[in-house]
Amino acid sequence: MSRLVKIENRVLAAPAHEPECPAALNLRQGKLQALMSAAHPLLLDTLFGEYPLDQAFDEMRSAEGEVRPQYRALAETLAGLPPEELQRRKQSADLSFLTQGITFTVYGRDEGTERIFPYDLLPRLITAAEWERIERGLTQRITALNLFLRDVYSEAKILRDRVVPRELVYSCKHYRRQMQGLQVPRNVYVAVVGSDLLRLNTGEFVVLEDNLRVPSGVSYMLTNRRVMKRTFPQLFSSYGVRPIEHYPQLLLATLRSLAPEGRPEPNIVLLTPGVFNSAYFEHTYLARQMGIDLVEGRDLVTHDNIVYMRTTDGLKRVDVIYRRVDDDFSDPLVFRADSSLGCAGLFNAYRAGNVTVTNAFGTGLADDKAVYAYVPKMIKYYLDEDPILNNVETYLLGEPGERQHVLANLDKLVVKAVGESGGYGMLIGPHSTAQQREEFARAIEANPRNYIAQPTLDFSRAPCLVEDHLEPRHVDLRPYILYGDKINIVPGGLTRVALQKGSLVVNSSQGGGSKDTWVLE
Amino acid sequence: MLSRVADSLYWMSRYLERAENTVRQLDVTMGLMLDTGGASESERWRRLVASLGKPAGMEWNGSVELMAHKLVFDSLNHAAITFCVNGARENARQVREEISSEQWQRLNRLYHQIHSPQAEAQFTSSINDMLSSIIDGIHLFKGVTNSTMIHGQGWQFIRLGRYIERAYATATLLEVYQPDLFHPQEREHEGYQYIELVGLLRCCTSFEAYCQVYTADVSAARILEFLLLNRDFPHAIRHCVDSMREAIDSIQSSGGRRTPAELISGIGRLHAMLDFTTIDEILHGDTSAFLHNIREQCLRIHELIYRYYVNYSIQSALAS
Repeated sequence: MSRLVKIENRVLAAPAHEPECPAALNLRQGKLQALMSAAHPLLLDTLFGEYPLDQAFDEMRSAEGEVRPQYRALAETLAGLPPEELQRRKQSADLSFLTQGITFTVYGRDEGTERIFPYDLLPRLITAAEWERIERGLTQRITALNLFLRDVYSEAKILRDRVVPRELVYSCKHYRRQMQGLQVPRNVYVAVVGSDLLRLNTGEFVVLEDNLRVPSGVSYMLTNRRVMKRTFPQLFSSYGVRPIEHYPQLLLATLRSLAPEGRPEPNIVLLTPGVFNSAYFEHTYLARQMGIDLVEGRDLVTHDNIVYMRTTDGLKRVDVIYRRVDDDFSDPLVFRADSSLGCAGLFNAYRAGNVTVTNAFGTGLADDKAVYAYVPKMIKYYLDEDPILNNVETYLLGEPGERQHVLANLDKLVVKAVGESGGYGMLIGPHSTAQQREEFARAIEANPRNYIAQPTLDFSRAPCLVEDHLEPRHVDLRPYILYGDKINIVPGGLTRVALQKGSLVVNSSQGGGSKDTWVLE
Repeated sequence: MLSRVADSLYWMSRYLERAENTVRQLDVTMGLMLDTGGASESERWRRLVASLGKPAGMEWNGSVELMAHKLVFDSLNHAAITFCVNGARENARQVREEISSEQWQRLNRLYHQIHSPQAEAQFTSSINDMLSSIIDGIHLFKGVTNSTMIHGQGWQFIRLGRYIERAYATATLLEVYQPDLFHPQEREHEGYQYIELVGLLRCCTSFEAYCQVYTADVSAARILEFLLLNRDFPHAIRHCVDSMREAIDSIQSSGGRRTPAELISGIGRLHAMLDFTTIDEILHGDTSAFLHNIREQCLRIHELIYRYYVNYSIQSALAS
């Protein structure tokens, strides 16, 4: 609290003049080779004082310790800044996050429930070639996942052809029988997706999981960018970074393209669980950026299968709902009866085709961590293509052989509950105690379908600013995919950082932070 | 605009107006207590509490500091400053997408100011400084509200909340003070009566405005005329009612599918009552009843605002 007052009393200043950075300027003119030879070993040495390199892929440096070409200009800029200037910029960025009120809510605390989302000042860079592959890979993957949902909820051919086991689908807790045979607009089940990518020590990007229900974090992607542009203006402009600021506009266009037939001027709203939800900031942010109403369940009523919202000018019909409320809580008549967050009658209006709700209900089926193992097969089955982005090797514990292998190697593997997200319900073998492993072993024996296991991945690390020098931290990448009349992916996404030294957990609910992600032209 | 959002904006504004009223009355009352020749401390406190709507638990206990502390820091008492600022912020938090970032920042800062560990110290060292910095915070909020928010429906609901709260509070204040104004106790020195009258004006931040209209010739009848019937002064009840009427008209013209007939006639009645009454008529009639009537009408208008914009039944809305 005192922090808020104290910091707010300071003058909000734009960063001072950034020293000329020949490296950055030259980079734009393609003089990369010349730069690489013209190193400043002394300055870089101080910067990299405690910067270990090992098996994991380092985003900034090669195994030999060379700064990768695309990071050269960043390293030069950092080396050219006095340490106190870096600190000053960090404080200025801190202040910017604070005053913008960029916060998330931590559950289970009475007071101080709003916290600033932690972030790192240094951008994560992705080259044009790397991004091109990611973009193609995600487009392919989301197309296949959407076809899978459509198939499962209609003819279920993929189950008949025994490509995906029937019992796996029907035992998934996110499968919604109410969706069976229901026609959704443009056959789009997942309009907004966030897939989590990791980079292996070979430098290859792989998909760790897909978030097909209510992926969050995009507001941090957008606000990170705004703050970074103010913190490193010249570096940013010299790099030639592809823009992401139009995301809200794309999202709005996506939602509009999914409106029910015959509603040329659709009334689009964002449905939030309310002020106590951890992503409430994001909901208000997106609603404001899109210029649409932010509604809660109590603002909505249904009559004759039409959804209305209560306005000061009477009831107004709602055409498209961008839903940030989980399936279970969306309609007490169809899903959990004890929920007051949703709107009674919503599902029937949806079934009647009078309102579009997106993402559709029951999409969690396809991001179940056991179903995930079959995504490469889905891509082959529906598109007859090889996956561009590979999966992480995954053991299905429902298979007796795989289960035995996993139980014998719990100390080396990561075990996850299939229906959980946010880093909950997870065992990281190498970091676990014997007691934890025993508990998981018992839970796996009791309900094998509920768990999967993966090797403990030594995924890539990127440099983070720790006090006055750089240290590597593990990062992932969550690009946001929009699917309306076509698939759109803004270049980049949210790079999440495990801010604790050595930690592998990047979730914001578990001490993770974020970085701005620059996809270079 | 969503009914829930309008409701939150309306209450955010009412709570802040209430906080401002409490701050100012507390400040003036504590100032008057310095002049020992007038009414006793307990009498002054009784009047203060009565003009704040007689909140429970605020009975005089013999210590100005303790009483003032309660009125500043109590988070459960509906007249207390902390309660009102909390309420305003909580309402604002639920409509973050509707208000500007500047508004949110001002309100947030005010909230943190009152809740900071330094607040107690500031209260002890100089309560006057503390009260005036709270007023400053509220004024800043109103300033950015006017300069950073679209003057659309949301802004009109903010205006509506402010003026209905202010009209009600001013009517209550005058009702409580008016017996003493016209039947002052006999005192040895005449200066005391002047201090009392100026104190009343200061409760409505209206001393200087009064002087511009009537000069420093302060009299009870003129004060009453000024605070009741002046058209141009923002704390005069007539001005408040005019503003409420304008806000409702504007809300109607921006939507306008349904006509809130009763609300328009209710506010028109109050408006006409102030428009067509002279101060002589009020003074020769039952002044107290007149003031009480204004309060009753404000309550009625509040109910009608709810009935038309917030709490309407689905059936009636579907029918129209």
